[in-house]
Amino acid sequence: MSQSEVKLLEVKNVEKIFSVKVGTFEKKDLHALNKVSFDIFKGKTLSLVGESGCGKTTIGKVILGLYKATNGSVMFQDKDIAQLSPIKRGSIQSDVQMIFQDPYSSLNPRKKIKIILEQPLKIHTKMNKKERLETILSLCDDVGIDHTYLERYPHQFSGGQRQRIAIARAMVLKPKLILADEPISALDVSIQAQILNLMMDLREKYKMTMLFITHDISVVKHLSDYVAVMYLGEIVEYASKKDLFKSPQHPYTKMLFSTVPDIHTPLMTDSVLKTGEIQSPIDLPTGCFFANRCPYKDSSCDDKHPDLISIGDNHLARCPKIGQF
Amino acid sequence: MALLEVNNLHTHFFTRNGIIKAVDGISFSIEKGEILGIVGESGAGKSITGFSMLGLIDQPGKIVSGEIIFNGVDLVKKSEKELQKIRGNEIAMIFQDPQTSLNPVISIGDQLMEAILYHNKKASKKDAYNASVDILKLVGLPAAEKRMKSYPHQLSGGMKQRVVIAMALLNNPKLLVADEPTTALDVTIQAQILYLMKKLSKDFDSSLILITHDIAVVSQLCDKIAVMYAGRIVEYGKKEDIIFNPKHPYTKGLIECLPKLNDDKERLYQIPGIMPSLLSLPEGCYFKDRCEFADKECDVYPDQQDIEGRRIFCHKVK
Repeated sequence: MSQSEVKLLEVKNVEKIFSVKVGTFEKKDLHALNKVSFDIFKGKTLSLVGESGCGKTTIGKVILGLYKATNGSVMFQDKDIAQLSPIKRGSIQSDVQMIFQDPYSSLNPRKKIKIILEQPLKIHTKMNKKERLETILSLCDDVGIDHTYLERYPHQFSGGQRQRIAIARAMVLKPKLILADEPISALDVSIQAQILNLMMDLREKYKMTMLFITHDISVVKHLSDYVAVMYLGEIVEYASKKDLFKSPQHPYTKMLFSTVPDIHTPLMTDSVLKTGEIQSPIDLPTGCFFANRCPYKDSSCDDKHPDLISIGDNHLARCPKIGQF
Repeated sequence: MALLEVNNLHTHFFTRNGIIKAVDGISFSIEKGEILGIVGESGAGKSITGFSMLGLIDQPGKIVSGEIIFNGVDLVKKSEKELQKIRGNEIAMIFQDPQTSLNPVISIGDQLMEAILYHNKKASKKDAYNASVDILKLVGLPAAEKRMKSYPHQLSGGMKQRVVIAMALLNNPKLLVADEPTTALDVTIQAQILYLMKKLSKDFDSSLILITHDIAVVSQLCDKIAVMYAGRIVEYGKKEDIIFNPKHPYTKGLIECLPKLNDDKERLYQIPGIMPSLLSLPEGCYFKDRCEFADKECDVYPDQQDIEGRRIFCHKVK
């Protein structure tokens, strides 16, 4: 985190606890987020990687104001927005926009594309009709939507085109921060490449700041400056993209890399079967959360919950045994 | 003799807007114990090919012509009743979304046992129970006996997919059709499920058709690959040939556009455009509008060529 970079968003010790029913009378705490801290710098992209259930979407929703954090703060332009409901956020509301995972359910099926793109401008800006249309048309050129498409409805488009529309909608207000929650995982691999390239181009052109949330570490490389790997509601490794791809340190990060299907390494071994599944965030273990899946586990791992420690220049990992395996 | 031989299969859908040729004259074959991968983008006709194998084509769709020779008999000519005996017994299917392919109000155990009791009238309930527990253990579901009483919503996505695979394997099928079995799963769980399917298909000596849009997944598992585009196979051959020496521009594109971990290139290769609608296919080669090599020659649909151990449809490959 060099000094020349300006913090746009600072997430500090954010906790989110849901209360869930486990029996007729009994309720238990589900720890979706455990003291998550990270910064997002202006013009940079931070990627959050992890499996389903690791809390990566929850943190996105806390930043967006769809959930209130149980503890901790989210500083956006010197204002703590962690506890603010969307209504109380005022202008911040238009500064943070989201691209959702499923382009089939995130666009209103009854509204024409033009209305979908125009609505945010009507609510948040004082533009007149002509200015609004100009803004929309120039944005359409950027994301590769034909101008004639504006009169159509979402069902007339393929998944890739819908995601382009969703990206346009997120960008129409020129937000300061864009949250992209698995924006390509519902698409074909060939279309994924198109959307990834598009997001790279837009990032370049508009100097976009982005939080990119995904479960697939192979796509992270193309779109990030920093990467945070999450497991069971906490960050287990944080590094610049270059460092992380050069030398992943945490056993979980290594596991994520080893399970990416690659056409040049077709061999899968029995060790894959032992990688197990993420455990429930109810009744978390006292020791390391990852211990039950970790190939390097020994008895000391169950005793104490490890802290996030610095293991190099701007490289953090939550494992006391880094370097020993 | 091949276990399954598909010859010039046409499955068409007769809609108000016209005839959709979802599967338009495809041929392939699978030997016993072999794994075939069918790759292509959404709408290429991969799933309809899979459904056709099981006779699961509903109105307004119909298998118009062609043969599906399974174990020496043509499945196209079989009646629905005869097909029911084969389905889930000799040919089983694994669907894409484990969330919706299990019945939410019936316990895992009852769903598994039903599959045994339906196809084997002589089996007792106890046999069925034991067989179900065994199969759950085989697919690596922890605490199998406890899970028999669980309902689908109590399991994670990966566990549900294991149950679905267990269910498909119950009656020792000779052929498994898996339609995007890992698309709804995390990458880590995907690796486990793929490995499991490869291992089980070897152990059971059953053949497998794996349908997916991700050519990287196919490369990990399959012996043979068929690349489909707009209802037709454009390249078909051994895995090694197709993956390491792709010839068709579409196959090349599919491989090239994968994100690579050990490559410093920032931008990804992309195949321009999208697949044409099956209602308004271009004259000639269907891929020509997205192909960088296309020229006048491509205004006629290419004939089949057999080059370097593969079947290919492209004018530009000589």
